Amino acid sequence: MTDPIPTSVDQKPVATQRPPSGMSLHFNGVRHMIPVDARTTVLDALREHLQLTGTKKGCDHGQCGACTVHINGRRVLACLSLAVAHTDDDIRTIEGVTPSDGALHPVQEAFLACDALQCGFCTPGQIMSAIALLDEIKTEQGPAARLSSDEIRERMSGNICRCGAYPNIVAAVTRAMAGQDGAR
Amino acid sequence: MSERVFGAGLKPREDPALLRGERQYTADIALPGTVHMEFLRSEHGHATIRGIDVTEAQAMPGVLRIVTGADLEGHLMPLPCIWVPGGVESHFPPHPYGLPGAGTALATGRVRFIGEPVAAVVAETRAQAADAARAIRVDYEVLPAVITPEQALADGAPQLHDAVPGNLNARWTCGDADGTEAALAEAEVVVKLDLHNRRTINSPLEPRAAVGDYDPLTGEYTLYATTQSPHNHRFLLSALVLGIPFNKLRVVAPEIGGSFGTKGYLYPDMPLVLFLAKELGRPVKWQDSREGLMCSTVQGRDHRQYASIAGTRDGKITALKCTSYANLGAYPSTIGPGVATALMGRSITGTYDIEHAFCEVFATFTNTVPLGAQRGSGRAEATFLIERLVDRFAATIGMDPAEVRRRNMVRPEQQPFDNRMGWLYDSGDYGAALERALEMAGYADREAAKRAARARGKLLGVGISTFVAVCGVGPSPRIAKEGMLGGSWESANIRVHPTGEVTLTIGVTGTGQSHETTFAQIVAQEFGVAVDSVQVLHSDTTKAPYGQGTYGSRSYSVGGPAVQIAARQVTDKMRLAAAHMFGVDDSAVVFRDGSVLVEGDPEKTKTFQDMAMALWYGWDLPPGMEPAIDVTTTFDPADFNYPYGAHIAVVEVDEVTGDVELVRYIAVNDVGPVGNPLVVDGQIEGSIVHGVGQALMEVAQYDQTGALLTANLDRYAIPRAADVPFFELDRMETPTPHNPLGAKGAGEAATVPTAAAVTNAVCDALAEFGVQHIDMPLTAETVWRAMNAATTSRSEAQ
Repeated sequence: MTDPIPTSVDQKPVATQRPPSGMSLHFNGVRHMIPVDARTTVLDALREHLQLTGTKKGCDHGQCGACTVHINGRRVLACLSLAVAHTDDDIRTIEGVTPSDGALHPVQEAFLACDALQCGFCTPGQIMSAIALLDEIKTEQGPAARLSSDEIRERMSGNICRCGAYPNIVAAVTRAMAGQDGAR
Repeated sequence: MSERVFGAGLKPREDPALLRGERQYTADIALPGTVHMEFLRSEHGHATIRGIDVTEAQAMPGVLRIVTGADLEGHLMPLPCIWVPGGVESHFPPHPYGLPGAGTALATGRVRFIGEPVAAVVAETRAQAADAARAIRVDYEVLPAVITPEQALADGAPQLHDAVPGNLNARWTCGDADGTEAALAEAEVVVKLDLHNRRTINSPLEPRAAVGDYDPLTGEYTLYATTQSPHNHRFLLSALVLGIPFNKLRVVAPEIGGSFGTKGYLYPDMPLVLFLAKELGRPVKWQDSREGLMCSTVQGRDHRQYASIAGTRDGKITALKCTSYANLGAYPSTIGPGVATALMGRSITGTYDIEHAFCEVFATFTNTVPLGAQRGSGRAEATFLIERLVDRFAATIGMDPAEVRRRNMVRPEQQPFDNRMGWLYDSGDYGAALERALEMAGYADREAAKRAARARGKLLGVGISTFVAVCGVGPSPRIAKEGMLGGSWESANIRVHPTGEVTLTIGVTGTGQSHETTFAQIVAQEFGVAVDSVQVLHSDTTKAPYGQGTYGSRSYSVGGPAVQIAARQVTDKMRLAAAHMFGVDDSAVVFRDGSVLVEGDPEKTKTFQDMAMALWYGWDLPPGMEPAIDVTTTFDPADFNYPYGAHIAVVEVDEVTGDVELVRYIAVNDVGPVGNPLVVDGQIEGSIVHGVGQALMEVAQYDQTGALLTANLDRYAIPRAADVPFFELDRMETPTPHNPLGAKGAGEAATVPTAAAVTNAVCDALAEFGVQHIDMPLTAETVWRAMNAATTSRSEAQ
């Protein structure tokens, strides 16, 4: 008997009663026609229609950060973003930043090195938030920018980790920040 | 000897896939043809249902089925409650088997809390189901609600359950009532403290979810659910709710996004997705929302405690008494009544040797969300009480609170120590943990630190809390006496494959504690093989040996020994086979670096793989030995285990705003020998964050109608990165004699003292204002009011 849990990415969209029209969205460098209505969020488009389930729904109200994705390079809460408002934008998810060869992104590596996760549910959002944060400080302060632990805490406070791995998350972001200016 | 794998801080093997977002949680499952279930939840805290009109909803697009409580009669039995207050008379809603009931899956006749499911709608899409649920018309006759135990127990109070007179589930007691009263009457000093350890919400980041599937050809049901007890839930759902054969239900727990106690309970969605999957012939999926979680997943704490501590002027504590009103919510959750009574009441003496102690708990039903476990449940409420009382006692007699603790703590030579309330502490040096924490904190220099902070406009406070926490739920006969209807053993299966790789299948299910890594380490150590060659499976009831689930910090301290015992049965068998092949006594055979060999005789060496193959072929085995290696064992511990420790919080309170900043946190914990220190330290840090949350910001607030005013993560604050500093941790490792690993519970112990340490620190900071106690959460407003009330009353007194 085959395992009845299908892998998330290979699965075709579930048959649904579709509204007559859809929209075109640009996820992880690929354009998809998705049969969603105007109230569909980027998060539901990802999870329910493309089976890109790495992005998590923790609250659906922009309060927990688990659904953080990048839209045109900036970190955005997918649950508060209507898909119809982003048809011309570049939307990138945890699947899009993870190398396809089985390796990890340097920020993922830093989280692994610092044990900055436990149950893993908030982790994709933390990673997306941390990657964008590093880009933000580079843009604001140049490539050699360094944030204090307190500044990292503040800038990562949009992402709840109920397992309480915060000390290690702060350490991981610090490590990733140190590693990104070509030191290694 | 090969490098020790056991005890090494290996990176969790689960992490790379979690970091890539690739592990599958229940809500990520999309079976072909899935339809979606949504609940209509009660909007009243207490009301009679006069009628339900589904006509309009039924006609809406995509709607496949709507069921109400009446539709389930004859199909689904009420949910059971399986942990009742032990040893006392108790009253419950009914269950047809005469067991304690926990309410029906959908409300029948009456609703008793806001959030209680009234109807379930299945539609092609989740949005369609939600739209249709909103179109159901319920005719309610609103009844007065009771929110607190005091209201519920008052004369003439509205009654929630016909079978529960006076809304009282049970009056549970433990300890020496008469001796305690006498000691209080004779004491030189008696200090009273009334406090409210308020309702909290666990709020795991992953909301609960369930997917039901049914195969009409075999008559088999499958439930994928956010459950930390798949085997136990399989039993309860099949036998006591659905009324189907045990072997017609498979329960699978996919990846779980945190639980902290909440996902060990039966919830209405679990039988409903199964029932509806059969009815509709399609998989039925339900995903909770955050608001749904807040108003229907079990909540924590909620004891109103009236306590007295007595002692001598030279610091000896002689008696302790507590009367507590526990708020069970509208229905007993699966194990809620036991959590609220035994886990709290037996724990109130903490790390101290107190000759006379007594506790009574009035476990009471109210129109609020059912109560369950929250990380550290019961023990945290007890520890908060005793550690606040010790500080109050110290202040009253004018003694350093550290010194009062020194003079009363259980000494190592007293172990095993009967705390006279029902716990037999196992091992450890409580005083040594305290001294280590005091040293790390620089406790002796605290006055200088206070002066320095004062110069910056900050009131610095230092708070100590010690703890000992009953953990590692088991043994089975013992928990039966505590009122639990169930066993508490764990099991493990090990197969050594012909090629030498190993598959370990464990009965216990994790909720984010890296079980696949730590349990592999135990096996790799015993076999002398590479840890990567040990695969770990779990959480699918058709594949895994039975287990009771992860709760009460029992995965490693009860499941771990099962793994070690199974591994030793494997090596015992392989050793006998090797001795037979080598022609030596089996005592000469050792396992090392992937080999099975005889020391000092290079001729007599086989690889672990060769031995696995030899047992697979079965060509040359000792007489009577069965071929192949496939071993299953169970382990039921000799007694509970008792992690302990000492924590110290250092806070700074803004003297103008009352804002509290946790600036340092020192924690010394003894959870016995650890299998993976990286994982254990993560559990300890997370536990501390959980306790800090309760101390500083978390509280579930209800209005008088039973409406939860804190039903999202804006209104219910939980700690974020900016709320906690780096922690200063140390560990001691005293084995428990109650399991062969010597392991003590590590998953929640560090939550137990945290709220008390932080509150003691804030009260220390405010001592000069005459503040004696503040109920949590210690928000800026609460602290500011306490400072100003104390200041005002002092100036009025002058």
